[in-house]
Amino acid sequence: MAFESLTERFQSIFKKMRGQSTLTEKNMDEALKEIRVALLESDVNFKVVKSFTQDVKEKALGQNVYTAVSPSEMLIKICHDEISGLLGSDNEGIVFQKHGLTTVLLVGLQGTGKTTSAGKLALLCKKKFNKKVMLAGLDVYRPAAIDQLGQIAKQIDVPFFEMGTDVNPVEVAKKAQEKAIQEGKDLLILDTAGRLSIDEALMDELKNIIKETSPDEVLLLVDAMSGQDAVNVANTFNAALRLTGIIMSKLDGDAKGGSALSIKYLTGLPIKYAGVGEKIDDLDVFYPDRMADRILGMGDIVSLVEKAKEQIDEKEAEKEAKKMMEGEFTLEDLLKQMKMVQKIGSLGAIAKMMPGMPSLTDEQRIRAEKEMKLFEAVINSMTPYERRHPEILKFSQKSRIAKGSGTTNADINRVIRKYDQTKEMMKQMKRYQKSGKMPPGMGGF
Amino acid sequence: MGLISFLKNKFSKKDDKSSKYDEGMKKSRAAFASKLDNLAKRYSEVNQDYFEELEQILIEADVGVSLTLELVESLLDKSEKEGIKEPSKINEELVDLMFVSYVENGSNIVNDISFSNEGPTVLLVVGVNGVGKTTTIAKLAYRYQKRGKKVMLVAGDTFRAGATEQLQIWAERLSCPIVVGKENGDPASVAYDGMKYAKENNIDLVIVDTAGRLQNKANLMAELSKIKRVISREIEGAPHETFLIIDATTGQNGVSQASAFKDVTDLTGIVITKMDGTSKGGIILSIRDELGVPVRFIGLGEKMDDLEEFDLDKYLHGLLIGE
Repeated sequence: MAFESLTERFQSIFKKMRGQSTLTEKNMDEALKEIRVALLESDVNFKVVKSFTQDVKEKALGQNVYTAVSPSEMLIKICHDEISGLLGSDNEGIVFQKHGLTTVLLVGLQGTGKTTSAGKLALLCKKKFNKKVMLAGLDVYRPAAIDQLGQIAKQIDVPFFEMGTDVNPVEVAKKAQEKAIQEGKDLLILDTAGRLSIDEALMDELKNIIKETSPDEVLLLVDAMSGQDAVNVANTFNAALRLTGIIMSKLDGDAKGGSALSIKYLTGLPIKYAGVGEKIDDLDVFYPDRMADRILGMGDIVSLVEKAKEQIDEKEAEKEAKKMMEGEFTLEDLLKQMKMVQKIGSLGAIAKMMPGMPSLTDEQRIRAEKEMKLFEAVINSMTPYERRHPEILKFSQKSRIAKGSGTTNADINRVIRKYDQTKEMMKQMKRYQKSGKMPPGMGGF
Repeated sequence: MGLISFLKNKFSKKDDKSSKYDEGMKKSRAAFASKLDNLAKRYSEVNQDYFEELEQILIEADVGVSLTLELVESLLDKSEKEGIKEPSKINEELVDLMFVSYVENGSNIVNDISFSNEGPTVLLVVGVNGVGKTTTIAKLAYRYQKRGKKVMLVAGDTFRAGATEQLQIWAERLSCPIVVGKENGDPASVAYDGMKYAKENNIDLVIVDTAGRLQNKANLMAELSKIKRVISREIEGAPHETFLIIDATTGQNGVSQASAFKDVTDLTGIVITKMDGTSKGGIILSIRDELGVPVRFIGLGEKMDDLEEFDLDKYLHGLLIGE
C-alpha cells in the first residue's frame, strides 16, 4: 500500500498558508486529519488515535512557530515528541537479580516469535551482560517446538533443558528452575506454547507456571504486524498474568508497528526489546525515537535540523559554500565536505532521518560508508599540492598514493572522477543560481 | 431483501457447516456484531455521531482506513439521498456494501483446489513468519487425503530451526510421504527432489512448504521465485496453486504482504488462519478491495478438520448473526 508520505501531504496543506506564524485550530484541522489517517494506517489503535490527536491539538494551539521551521514541521515535531514520549524512555531491559537466578517467562499468541526471541534474548544476555544463561522448552503442544529451541540453544552454545512433550509444562518449569539454581546460572528463559488469549485452560497453565516459579519478568511477544486487536490481547494477558514488559517481534518487516504505541499507551507496559532481523543476534533494545519516526511514516526532519545546527560551524559552512560556488573546489574541500556530513552522523543515520530515503538498504548503506572511508584514506595519502591539483597526478604518483592508503590505482581514479563530477556539479549550480533555477537531483553522495 | 435477512433465511435451518463458522467466530462476533447492534439501539435516528461510531467499529475490525472511509461515505450519501434515518437499516446497508465491495473486486472463484487432469497438482504455500503455514499444510493434506487423494509434502523451509521436524511429525501423523532437504540447504533443490518424487510415485497433490519471509526482504523473495521456477520446469503448469497464508490478527500490513507475494508468485488464493481468536479478519476485505486476490480457506480452530472453504455468506453470518 504505497501511501504518500505524511510530509508530502503536509506540504500541500501548508502551502496554502505560508507566512502564518502560529498554529491555529483552523490551520491545523486538515493536517490533524492526515495525521489521524497515517496513524490508523500504521495500526495504531482507534481509541489511542482519538485521544492522541486531541492531545496534540491542545499542545500545538497558539504555539509560536520558529522562523527556521514551517508550521508543518512544527506540528510534525510535536507529534513525534508526543509519540516518543508516550513510548517511554524507561527502557532498561531485563532487571536482573543482584544475586542468584533471574527467571524470565515468555508468553504470547501463536506465531509471534517466542521461540526465536528466546534464543535471541539468551544470546544477547550471554554476550552483552556476560550472564550464564539456560533455556527451557515448555511448548509441549506444537510439533517440534522443543526441537527448534534445542537447535537454537546448540547454535548459540547455551545449555538447554527439556523433558520431552509427554509432560506437564508446569513440571518442566519447576525442574528447569531447580537445575538452573543448582548449576549457578544467572538467567533462565522459559519458552511457552503460543495460545489464544481467550483459551482459559492454557491461561491457567501459565498462571500455574507463574505460581510455581515466580518469574522476575513475564514478557509478552507482540508481532509488529498485528492489527487493532493487539491491545485486547495485551490487556487479557496482562490482566491474567501481570506482565512486566513487551518484546516487539518482526520489526524488520515493513509493518509500521503502531500496535507498540497502542499497547504502551493503554497498558503502560514498557517495550523492552525489539526483534530486528532473521539472524540470531538480531535482537536489540527498544528505541522509542525510531519507533516514533516509523509510526509517523517519515524521517525526523526537525531533529536533523537541530543536530546539523549543533555540529556544523555555520560560518565555516558558509565559507565552504561560497568557495564551492566560485568553483575553487579542491580535493581537500571534497574531504571537508564529506567529513562535515560524517559529523552529523553515519550515512545510515542520516538516511534514516531524511524523509523519502527509507529505501536505502543496509547493504547500500554499508557500501556508501565504506566508500567514504576509502576516499578519506586516498586523499590523506596525497601531498597538499596534489590535493589542490589532482589533474597533475601521473601513474607513478598514483601508485605511491595507492600504496600509502592501502588502495589500488583504480580506487584513486574513482576518487578523482568523483571530484570532477562534484566540481562540474558546482559549476552547474552556479549557473542555475544565476538563472534562479535549481538543478534537478542535487546532492553528491 | 437486505443481506442480513437473506443470511437469516439461508441459514434458518440448523446447517452443519455454518455452525462451524458460528462456533469458530464466536469471539469475533461478540466484538463486531454486538457493537453494531448496540450502536443501532442507542440511536433513534442516524446523525454525524452515528457515522463516526460506525467508522470506529469498522476500523477496529481491521477493515482499513481507506475502505472504511469509502464505506461510511457511501452510507452517508445513501442516507441523505434516500432519506434512510433508521439505524438498523443503515447497518443492513453497510453489510450489503461490504458484501458488494468484496464480490465486485474479484470474479467468481471455486475455493476448492482444482486438480489437473494429468500428473501431480502442485500447491505452493508462502507467507511471512509465524502465520501458521505448516499447520495449514497439515490441515489441507488431511482434507484431500480424506477425499482419497494421494498427498505428499515437501519440506521447503530449510531455514528455521525445527521447521523440517515439525512437518515430518505431521507427515507421520497423516502417514503421507514427505521429501526433506538438508538443514540450511537450497530450498529450490528440495523442491526439485519433491517434484521428481511426485512424478515417479503418481502423487495427486504435492504441497510445498516454504520458509516464512518478511515481504520486504528482496533476497528471500528472489529465493521464492527461484523455487517457483524450479517447480514449473519440472512439472508443466505447476505450481497450479499458490496460497498466501495470512494471520487473522494482522493489521494493515496484510495488504502489503499480499501485494509483495503476488508480485513474485502469482497468488491464486489466500488462507486466513487463527480466525478463532478475537480478531475480525477485516483485512480480508481490504485485500480483496485493493488486490482482488480471493480468500479460499479459513482456519477456525486447532483441530485437523478446522479448516473450511471460505464462504462469504457463512463468514458474514458468523460475524454478524451467529446461532
